[in-house]
Amino acid sequence: MITVKDLTKRYARNVAVDHISFEVQKGQIVGFLGPNGAGKTTTMRMLTCFLPPTAGAATVAGFDVLEQPLEVKKRIGYLPESPPLYPEMETAEYLSFVGKLKGLSGPELNKRVDYVCERCAIADVKNKLLGKLSKGYRQRVGLAQAIIHNPDVLVLDEPTAGLDPKQINETRDLIKGLAGDHTIILSTHILPEVEQTCEQVIIINKGKLVATDSVHNLQNRARGAETMFIEVGGRNGNLETALVENRLAKVNGVSRVQFKTSHGDRNVFEVESQKGFVRGDLARAVVEAGWDLNELRPAAMSLEEIFLQLTKSDAPAATEEPAAKGVA
Amino acid sequence: MRNIFVIFRKEIRSYFVSPIAYLLLTMFALIFGFFFWNALGYFVLMGMEEQMRGQAFPMNLNEQIIRPLLSNVSVIGLFFIPMITMRLFAEEKRSGTIELLATSPVRDIEVIVGKWLAALTLYAGMLLFTAINFAFLFKYGNPDWKPLAIGYLGLLLQAGGLLAIGTFISTLTKNQIIAGAATFGICLLLWVLEWVSGYETATWAQVLAYMSVITHFESFAKGVLDIKDTIFYLTVIFLGLFFTSRSMESLRWRS
Repeated sequence: MITVKDLTKRYARNVAVDHISFEVQKGQIVGFLGPNGAGKTTTMRMLTCFLPPTAGAATVAGFDVLEQPLEVKKRIGYLPESPPLYPEMETAEYLSFVGKLKGLSGPELNKRVDYVCERCAIADVKNKLLGKLSKGYRQRVGLAQAIIHNPDVLVLDEPTAGLDPKQINETRDLIKGLAGDHTIILSTHILPEVEQTCEQVIIINKGKLVATDSVHNLQNRARGAETMFIEVGGRNGNLETALVENRLAKVNGVSRVQFKTSHGDRNVFEVESQKGFVRGDLARAVVEAGWDLNELRPAAMSLEEIFLQLTKSDAPAATEEPAAKGVA
Repeated sequence: MRNIFVIFRKEIRSYFVSPIAYLLLTMFALIFGFFFWNALGYFVLMGMEEQMRGQAFPMNLNEQIIRPLLSNVSVIGLFFIPMITMRLFAEEKRSGTIELLATSPVRDIEVIVGKWLAALTLYAGMLLFTAINFAFLFKYGNPDWKPLAIGYLGLLLQAGGLLAIGTFISTLTKNQIIAGAATFGICLLLWVLEWVSGYETATWAQVLAYMSVITHFESFAKGVLDIKDTIFYLTVIFLGLFFTSRSMESLRWRS
């Protein structure tokens, strides 16, 4: 449905997107993952014909974004980072304006407006001014606007940014529900979001493609190594940190132990393991040595760490190999 | 064509749901009303003096009221035009709705023409208030309507040109105040350019004076439909809208 080949966007002083290639099949939800400033928005803007690429090509539903922008625009629904709402319009009026812009008219337009209002749960604010809506509603009106003309492809730029947890869940469910009829690309910098909603992940960093893979594979890759924090206390108040470090390092699977901080009784160590699950062994080691195990928690795997891992572990092949394996 | 109308309707509506349209129309009606009242008062005084002296001077509503008033309207318009155009694109750029327009299956030129037509319509709405005043002349006097109609046509053409320039300037910035101030400056400059012809007759001065939008209105105010002046205004309109579409395109390459 979407083919991107060597897509590049160069500005006067920097390269925002650098030779990105990927493919998205019909009906898939693809997560576009990357830290802020990675080039997610720029890539999406090129796909939606808002920005022309400097080099490379992208086709949406078989139409080139440079050659046939009008055909692409007819088939694409786009929710920018901040929903493009006119504060002086009412919800239904706004949706019907967007519908007309996208080429709908007459009874079909009214039907679609009613449909998206129900679908996005905004029927109760149909006659309210957009400027008066809460952030959650604004986001949902933005989503409704994107699907009003029943496009083949949906491009959503951080659809859950700035929402509260309940709204985030609702929005994710809504997006998942849309997946059947639409091909969806959504960008985010939150990893769990991708895990929950997407089937396929495209990771970019500093404008370069880091990996494209299925969510499942990515999780496995990320779980290959794990970082944990252990807080150990001595029985009678004092504790030889070097001793603890030594003991922990001997645990099978541990690759690195480092003493982090101590606040009186609280001595925190950072432990990195190569193998899957070493927490049980670690706990046993501490207790058997006669120390107190006060806390043992895995460090949350942040996106940044996955980046570091992905770029570190298979740096030379990172851009080539996973891309070649691709989404196909 | 249909897309132009969709944009046009949206723009007209947003003029009228915000206070902009009402403010502009009221201010213009007040200012023009004052001009009209003055002109009429002076005309009546002239008429009475004439009777007292017993001499018959030629009195003419077209020459003595309509013509100077139309020239006044063309100058007052210079002050109102920046306020009409400043939000057209600057507002869309600031709020990000430009992304919606630019990713919808409509051509840039359809968006531009839709917006420009809406601005021109608001200006035409202002002119309606002058028509209310002039209607009294027709009720109590007997002026010729043809020069008046040509005057209105000239006003619309002149405003069309300046509005196109204002629309262009509005695409250059996210800030409405900047767009408005710059448009006002340009409008003012295009008005006073003509003054150089007062003391200088060199070619460059003639060219400058020719560029002044006001000089080209004189024939329309007289009720003369001059092809040369009509083409001048049409050229300004075309150039303004053309630059606007170039600017929209460059927006995509730069932003």
